[in-house]
Amino acid sequence: MKHTSTVGKSNKAVMVLLILGLSTIIFPLYMTIVIAFKQPSEMTNSISGILSLPKNWSLDNFREAMEVTDFWRSLGNSLLISVTTIVLAIAIHSLMGYALGRNKAHSKFYNFVYLFIVSGMFVPFAILMMPLAKQTAELHIANWFGVILLYVVFYMPMNIMLYSGYLVNIPIALEEAARVDGASTWRTYWSIIFPVMRPMHATVAVITALAVWNDVMTPLIIMAGSGQNTLPLAQLNFQSQFGTNYNLAFASYLLSLIPILIFYAICQKQILNGVTNGAVK
Amino acid sequence: MKNDRQRTFLLITIPILALFVCFNTIPLIRGVVYSFTNFRGFGKYDWVGFRNYIDLFSDARVGKSYWFTIKLAVVTTIVVNVISLLLALGLNSKIRAKGFFRGAYFLPNILGSLVVGYIFNYFFTYIIPALADMTGIKALSSSILSSPGKAWIGVMIVCAWQAIAMNTIIYISGLQTVPEDVYEAGGLDGATGWKQFKMLTFPLIIPFFSINMVLSVKNFLMVFDQIMALTKGGPAQSTESISYLIYNNGMSGGQFGFQSANAVVFFIVIVAISVAQMKFSSSKEEQL
Repeated sequence: MKHTSTVGKSNKAVMVLLILGLSTIIFPLYMTIVIAFKQPSEMTNSISGILSLPKNWSLDNFREAMEVTDFWRSLGNSLLISVTTIVLAIAIHSLMGYALGRNKAHSKFYNFVYLFIVSGMFVPFAILMMPLAKQTAELHIANWFGVILLYVVFYMPMNIMLYSGYLVNIPIALEEAARVDGASTWRTYWSIIFPVMRPMHATVAVITALAVWNDVMTPLIIMAGSGQNTLPLAQLNFQSQFGTNYNLAFASYLLSLIPILIFYAICQKQILNGVTNGAVK
Repeated sequence: MKNDRQRTFLLITIPILALFVCFNTIPLIRGVVYSFTNFRGFGKYDWVGFRNYIDLFSDARVGKSYWFTIKLAVVTTIVVNVISLLLALGLNSKIRAKGFFRGAYFLPNILGSLVVGYIFNYFFTYIIPALADMTGIKALSSSILSSPGKAWIGVMIVCAWQAIAMNTIIYISGLQTVPEDVYEAGGLDGATGWKQFKMLTFPLIIPFFSINMVLSVKNFLMVFDQIMALTKGGPAQSTESISYLIYNNGMSGGQFGFQSANAVVFFIVIVAISVAQMKFSSSKEEQL
């Protein structure tokens, strides 16, 4: 009896600490929301002024921020780039993961290709960015298309490692049964292997989505001259032009965070599983 | 049948490999080639041999950026991993609303680091000095981002705020692999509290510790967005990370060739550190 009560007490202490710790996350978010709704005249330097709720919850800041940052266009570009990248990553990387994963144990060629691509993980973007800026301009793909192409290449090492790692658990007998029935390797892949790898597709989709959605550097280097923005790029450009109107700026920050917050609210479980799998596997 | 299989595999591998070579290997080689030229990003250029590399080692600004980046990476890695481990122990204990806490603590990681940087920039510049004035803490009454000696701490806090979320869930998944009866057996031998953590828990989650170390160091060495949002390398170039310097001077500062040499050295540093870390952690794991 005595023992259980001390356990209960220590858990209460942990709970209190966890709630206190949570304030370091909630406070910045609270401030972001409050500032986004306030008018410049409401911004004072006293503690109560800083922490107080806005006088009225008017959406004017948001309306103006949407106009200034061309919100819907930027959102559309971000969605286009992210969704296309995810679809291509799942299709291309799983296929490559399959071809390499099934052959690298017995073939020197496939093993070399596997190691060659996976070691691409160590190449920092810093060394690629200047040549890529040149190369995409030469190929006339210094636009959203070029950005998608680069993402498919950048996330290839990680995703191929994940897919071919997952493939080890899928018995080869599954394919052989289909082969006996006369199905081609190509058809066997899409009708049998691809569906079986579904848990890995979810992981790849989540980690690719988070990385692409929030990426600044690639669109900055490749798309900056194309007159098109992604959501983060719009924030960057907005900052250099209208950065001193903080209420407008915060409305714009909040707007740019809302899509990913909605995504997180809907598929929190899949996201947590996805990032854990991606890192641990 | 066998031929069909081999042909299909080749038809898959060759085009995808070609794509990878075009947009990863070739730019990498071009970067190395540019590093031996005095290319400014446009116009004509000449070969200069190893001059960029020699200049690199005597360039004070480059040296400063390496010092800042490595200092930031080391300190942030330590801070993040200590906090994450404590947080993971808390979130893995028998508490109520576990799912809610785990979800909430992961939130910072999904937010874009540029916007997070902008939000914290405002906090460091206005809110914290205002609060410090009220409470009379002199040390914080001016923005830490405007002090060359302290601005890196601001960058560190923002990097840590987001990275803790990621490292914590990796530690949690590590803690979940430790079976309950290990603790029970340890408890009989008197291993509780700190002793339990040091003798039982930590050795069992070393693989996850290694993952976090490699992830943290690599990410913080490549820090860019936070610099862009918080300091733009200032004040007095005190927070110029290597990536930011390469971007800033290479893309628009006319130092395309010179910064290519910097990027090559940076690449070698990243590879060397990653390989050393993996060697170290695999030798640690073998001891168990």
